[in-house]
Amino acid sequence: MTDAPRRLRPAGSDDLGLRRALSDRLLPLLVGAMAFLAALALAGVVAAAALAGHWQRGAAATLTVQVPEPMQDGRLDRVLTMLRASPAVLEAQALSENEMEALLRPWLGAGSGRIALPMPAVVSVRVRDTADDAGLAARLESAVPGTLLEAHDRWLRRLSVLARSLQACAALAMGLVAFVAIAMVMVATRAGLSSRRDAIEIIHGLGATDGFIAGRFARRAMRLAASGALAGALLALPVLLGLTGLAAPFAGGEAPSGLWALALAMPAPLWLGLPALPPAAAAIGWITAQGTVRRWLRRLP
Amino acid sequence: MVRLDGVGLHYGPVRRSTAVLHDLTFTIPEGGFRWLLGASGAGKTSLLRLLQLAVRPTEGELVLLGESIGPALRRRLPLLRRRIGTVFQDFRLLPHLSAYDNVALPLRLAGRPEGQIRVDVSELLNWVGLSRKLAARPAELSGGEQQRVAIARAVVGRPALLLADEPTGNLDEVQAERLMQLFHEMNRLGATVIVATHNDTLVARHPAHTLLLQDGQLVRDD
Repeated sequence: MTDAPRRLRPAGSDDLGLRRALSDRLLPLLVGAMAFLAALALAGVVAAAALAGHWQRGAAATLTVQVPEPMQDGRLDRVLTMLRASPAVLEAQALSENEMEALLRPWLGAGSGRIALPMPAVVSVRVRDTADDAGLAARLESAVPGTLLEAHDRWLRRLSVLARSLQACAALAMGLVAFVAIAMVMVATRAGLSSRRDAIEIIHGLGATDGFIAGRFARRAMRLAASGALAGALLALPVLLGLTGLAAPFAGGEAPSGLWALALAMPAPLWLGLPALPPAAAAIGWITAQGTVRRWLRRLP
Repeated sequence: MVRLDGVGLHYGPVRRSTAVLHDLTFTIPEGGFRWLLGASGAGKTSLLRLLQLAVRPTEGELVLLGESIGPALRRRLPLLRRRIGTVFQDFRLLPHLSAYDNVALPLRLAGRPEGQIRVDVSELLNWVGLSRKLAARPAELSGGEQQRVAIARAVVGRPALLLADEPTGNLDEVQAERLMQLFHEMNRLGATVIVATHNDTLVARHPAHTLLLQDGQLVRDD
């Protein structure tokens, strides 16, 4: 008796022998892979939302109005007055000569301002989201014939559809990842139940409740899923930082240099979502194992 | 108290089921002692499985420790099982647990404090002569030692109903006699004891009420 107690196991330890029944290799590995994929899908959702928002803000807010022969009969002034009087218009500003030159430089080269071509005036207009572009164009054409309004609504609609489709695909991918994770935990738990059937029957016969047995399985599955998801999330982090660096220019910024700049550039939803993966995997493991074991135990009296 | 009224047990699907127990009717008062006798295949183990709540009767009424088992809610059965100690013919020890942990298991399931468990389990394993093998796993123990661990596990919770299926099968005469003393002591303290055996010598040495089964039917109750 003197040498034995120190080798005895603590109370509540692995009564059902689940360390072998639910392997600490395969399930964490598979859940880790799922967490990695979930992180990428989450990045897809966030990136699609961010890019769509950025594009929509840029495109939706501005219209361009071209006024041919702007100096004739004060056509430009009439257009500006009319625009500024419109409740849907937040701001209407004619481009300066320098701005026009900068606009044309890619096509006409430096010094385009000195070319004697009849150039229309260009008015940049910021409008509210609810602006009626077609109505505004009709009123302008009526008041100042030849005036052209370039709205971006068709392009905007396509962008919006594309962004929503991307988000839906990414969300679907996340749903599939969760579904596969649930299926994996279920299969692993059933395998564990099969391999520990005798032990479960013995312990059940000694007075263990369904809750006790299911709790042991659930705790083990929760730990394995959480550890796998933690590894998957950690592995996904450098990938997401890299993608953040690649995506930054498309969102109107400059490519961040250095780890710290990359970390700061990574969207907040990703910083919140990534740490949430291990608890989410743990919850999936716990709930799935509880349900699977309790359903299996119903076959015992 | 144990009361069976027309109890039958069938295994398998309803239409092609095999009946292993038929129309058993008997009562064992609280604190009673019964030998359960019969040839191999007579239904002794099935009856003990019924009384251990490993299966529910398919016919008749079984009342165990004041609770009618037929309509009893499933969630009430674990509490009843904790009041029943069973020594299985094949020991049914958990192979990954030490002798100590196997014996401690019923107490842990009942939520007893670890300090009390340590005292009770150590004392009992000492009594069955295994004080030096507390940490040994079943595979490291002989058949007789495993049986003694199984006996210790069955009695450690001071059950109200003690069931034993061939408990002396792997024990020498001295150990078998000590075991019978333990069963009598448990019985004296109020436990109802039912022992299934083929050992006529043991039965002759400890005369008591007898239930004799034959082909799943009770043919003698005296």
